[in-house]
Amino acid sequence: MDLHFGDSKPTDEEKAAVDALLGPPESSWEGADRSDADLRWARGGREARERRDLLLPGLHAVNDRIGWISEGALHYLCRRLTVPPAEAYGVATFYAMFSVGPRPATVLHVCTDLACAAAGAAELCAGTEARLGPGSGASVQRSPCLGLCERAPAALAIRAGDPVRTAVAAPATVEAAVLAASAPDSADEEPPAAMAVPQAGDPSLTLLGRVGVVDPASLDDYRAHGGYTALRRAFELGPAGVIREVTDSGLVGRGGAAFPTGRKWQATASQPDRPHYLVCNADESEPGTFKDRVLMEGDPFSLIEAMTIAGYATGAHQGYLYLRGEYPRALRRLEHALAQARARGLLGDDVLGQGYAFDIEIRRGAGAYICGEETALFNSIEGYRGEPRSKPPFPVEKGLFGKPTVENNVETLVNVLPILTMGAPAYAAIGTGRSTGPKLFCVSGSVDRPGVYELPFGATLGDLLTLAGVRGRLRAVLLGGAAGGFVRPDELGIPLTFEGTREAGTTLGSGVVMAFDDTVPLPRLLLRIAEFFRDESCGQCVPCRVGTVRQEEALHRIAERTGAAAADDIALLREVGRAMRDASICGLGQTAWNAVESAIDRLGAYE
Amino acid sequence: MTVIPLGVPRRLLEFTLDGEPVRAPEGSTILDACRAVGKDVPTLCEGDTLTPKNACRVCVVEVEGARTLVPACSRKAESGMEVRTDTERARHSRKIVLELLASSVDLSTTPKVAGWIKEYEAKPDRFGPDAARLNEEPKVDNELYVRDYDKCILCYKCVDACGEQWQNTFAISVAGRGFDARIAVEHDAPLTDSACVYCGNCIEVCPTGALSFKSEFDMRAAGTWDEAAQTETTTVCAYCGVGCNLTLHVQDNEIVKVTSPHDNPVTHGNLCIKGRFGYQHVQNRD
Ligand SMILES: Cc1cc2nc3c(=O)[nH]c(=O)nc-3n(C[C@H](O)[C@H](O)[C@H](O)COP(=O)(O)O)c2cc1C
Ligand code: SF4
Ligand code: SF4
Ligand code: SF4
Ligand code: FES
Ligand code: FES
Repeated sequence: MDLHFGDSKPTDEEKAAVDALLGPPESSWEGADRSDADLRWARGGREARERRDLLLPGLHAVNDRIGWISEGALHYLCRRLTVPPAEAYGVATFYAMFSVGPRPATVLHVCTDLACAAAGAAELCAGTEARLGPGSGASVQRSPCLGLCERAPAALAIRAGDPVRTAVAAPATVEAAVLAASAPDSADEEPPAAMAVPQAGDPSLTLLGRVGVVDPASLDDYRAHGGYTALRRAFELGPAGVIREVTDSGLVGRGGAAFPTGRKWQATASQPDRPHYLVCNADESEPGTFKDRVLMEGDPFSLIEAMTIAGYATGAHQGYLYLRGEYPRALRRLEHALAQARARGLLGDDVLGQGYAFDIEIRRGAGAYICGEETALFNSIEGYRGEPRSKPPFPVEKGLFGKPTVENNVETLVNVLPILTMGAPAYAAIGTGRSTGPKLFCVSGSVDRPGVYELPFGATLGDLLTLAGVRGRLRAVLLGGAAGGFVRPDELGIPLTFEGTREAGTTLGSGVVMAFDDTVPLPRLLLRIAEFFRDESCGQCVPCRVGTVRQEEALHRIAERTGAAAADDIALLREVGRAMRDASICGLGQTAWNAVESAIDRLGAYE
Repeated sequence: MTVIPLGVPRRLLEFTLDGEPVRAPEGSTILDACRAVGKDVPTLCEGDTLTPKNACRVCVVEVEGARTLVPACSRKAESGMEVRTDTERARHSRKIVLELLASSVDLSTTPKVAGWIKEYEAKPDRFGPDAARLNEEPKVDNELYVRDYDKCILCYKCVDACGEQWQNTFAISVAGRGFDARIAVEHDAPLTDSACVYCGNCIEVCPTGALSFKSEFDMRAAGTWDEAAQTETTTVCAYCGVGCNLTLHVQDNEIVKVTSPHDNPVTHGNLCIKGRFGYQHVQNRD
């Protein structure tokens, strides 16, 4: 590889930001001042091997400190990591949270997604934009769902500097959002995670039982509340025993695809190729989803314990926790929890003195829903654009760094703790025959008590909405998020199980339940969904890259029309939708038409 | 004595293609098998010497038991597979893909696509006059080649050819995301400020004419480009000892562009700047 770096130089601050992550450069080949030794010695060959997987952390380091990524900073980072600048530019421009052009140090991300739109996001945007004009040192950026839907409308301020500062305003008034942007340090504290759990304190809760009960910053408190008993049990059972329990429990993935977890673990564990990796998918960018955030903020040690068990069972010694970039509080809590676990021998060379080595690294996403797709996530960690890979080969065989990898959702992993503590049969007795265990639901929109609910599989949609308290005249419920589908108010008897929703011609997805009363204009909602997919498409394949644009255009054309006037465009939408579903590379393009189709067919959106 | 490489013996797989049993060597793609039996499947992003990115999706076929259609150019054939290449479902997706592409980019210099548009009855105008298009001005920033991304279908072939599959220069990559994704050098700079070494290997693989010789670009603009009147002569590059094969495209006794045979076992179509662009000395008649 013959790299060309041009002659743009980093500023001292940009260099310091990169060096804080990578250490000082060793030679002028890496961007240090030229010394006599450099004249006679060049780092090349294997010595200069790329450290490409540090590209995303490096881009974060610069963006966090400066607020944007200049040519000089990018070139310096490339030199340090042996990455071609064109490729690094391709990566930097892939993520919504990075900018390659100058911008104010503070960016206020204002959510314009479904729950927030219904709660007045448009006014919030207009109001904050009017107040934070040029010269205010802050810019307003319209954002997809920030994962704070239970407190809609939401805004997140990020101020670059050392250290970077963040503040959340939710539910946000214009005043609160402007305060967060202009003085993030003095903005109001966020309410505790338990505020997002309306059932908090209910002793029957399994997954959410510790949220609001334990101190998320204290390992001792976690242990006092049953923490690390599941890991001890795992060591008693041995890896094969753990996989057997997980398989017998009937646990299926909670990330949206509902794949049997035991089978995935078994398939990875049995791969002869080494090393194996464990990846926890904490990217949670599906509009309407915030359950993983609440778990990580309210009970961070449980995820670390669960990842340790998953790593042990599948033969991995390194775990990656891929956390969505818009979750600063979850990041702080998890970093703290990891440090405590390491200090106490619960991570590291010899976990619990059992001779098993395991550690976890957090990788921060940077604003790209597609990075939640499992193979796009691998590319993102490896320092490539977050584009999905074609399958086969599947991750269990060739995943992260081309090695056998288990990837699981946060909620899926946390379920492993009760499986081990109560035993597979007792766990499998919860829920229904095909959908076992407890399930988290993220309820938002027109309800009195939005939040994360835990119910055994099999409760009906009506049961859940009764708990949450439907407000006003219910017009529609979006099940499964933007990739899911709408159902009618007369369909509340649908059982919340994977098989029950499938029979009803819809999907449970990751457990999103968004309620909309009749004040919410459906066509606007559908436009927002179309805009989301158009914005989040990685752009790799034609059906999705262009199809999502054509879908949004058609919805714009019929926004004000019904009946015969809309018929042609609806026919066109169906044709394009069918090809997107059939011919797109990944789940994003394949599901981008689901919600719109269901609104047309089940709700009669344009009749 | 000439040594004929036999390669490792490969097992044959048996599967059905449109109801007929076929056998293909292990490791072949569905497309390989189709071509071996003379079945035509349209392709755009697939190339003979690069690993296809399977991004265009015009080659999709139906595989029994698969939830979605699969790209024939990339999916390896497996024993017992039942593949259908010409079902209504596959034809529908191909038609829509052709419409989506033709409505957003200029396919006027993409070979074969006009025929497929007719065959699949694709109507790219259906999306109305306001349908978003790329609408990019050609980038003319050097004397050797022109980048006209209005014709780019984002097949990733130039990126792969410039990067690890051929040239190892990594001067271009995909930047941005979604409909805004574009092939670009770092910071979207002019080519002359980039790492480009002007080997022209990206032009060699570009399936749409988005990348072309400046000579071809100028002649097309002047209306003098006439492929039918051109002759092609393959010869050996005289510049250095590597001995690459050059194919000279000659119109009216002038070399108008230089390509390289992809089936050459040593170079696979790769050239360097001298072989690709340094042909002026041949026609210097003073
Ligand atoms: C476009 C797209 C986005 C996704 N986003 C997420 C996500 O944010 N979190 C998640 O856990 N899974 C997400 N998934 C599903 C993952 O690809 C994968 O199926 C899941 O993480 C596997 O974990 P599980 O078996 O525990 O469910 C997404 C899938 C697609 C296609
Ligand atoms: S379906 Fe969309 S997101 Fe998925 S690979 Fe294709 S373009 Fe990218
Ligand atoms: S410029 Fe040509 S080779 Fe490159 S991606 Fe576009 S169409 Fe493909
Ligand atoms: S194309 Fe370049 S490398 Fe090949 S023979 Fe000519 S001068 Fe040598
Ligand atoms: S935070 Fe705004 S919709 Fe989720
Ligand atoms: S030729 Fe197969 S996807 Fe493009």
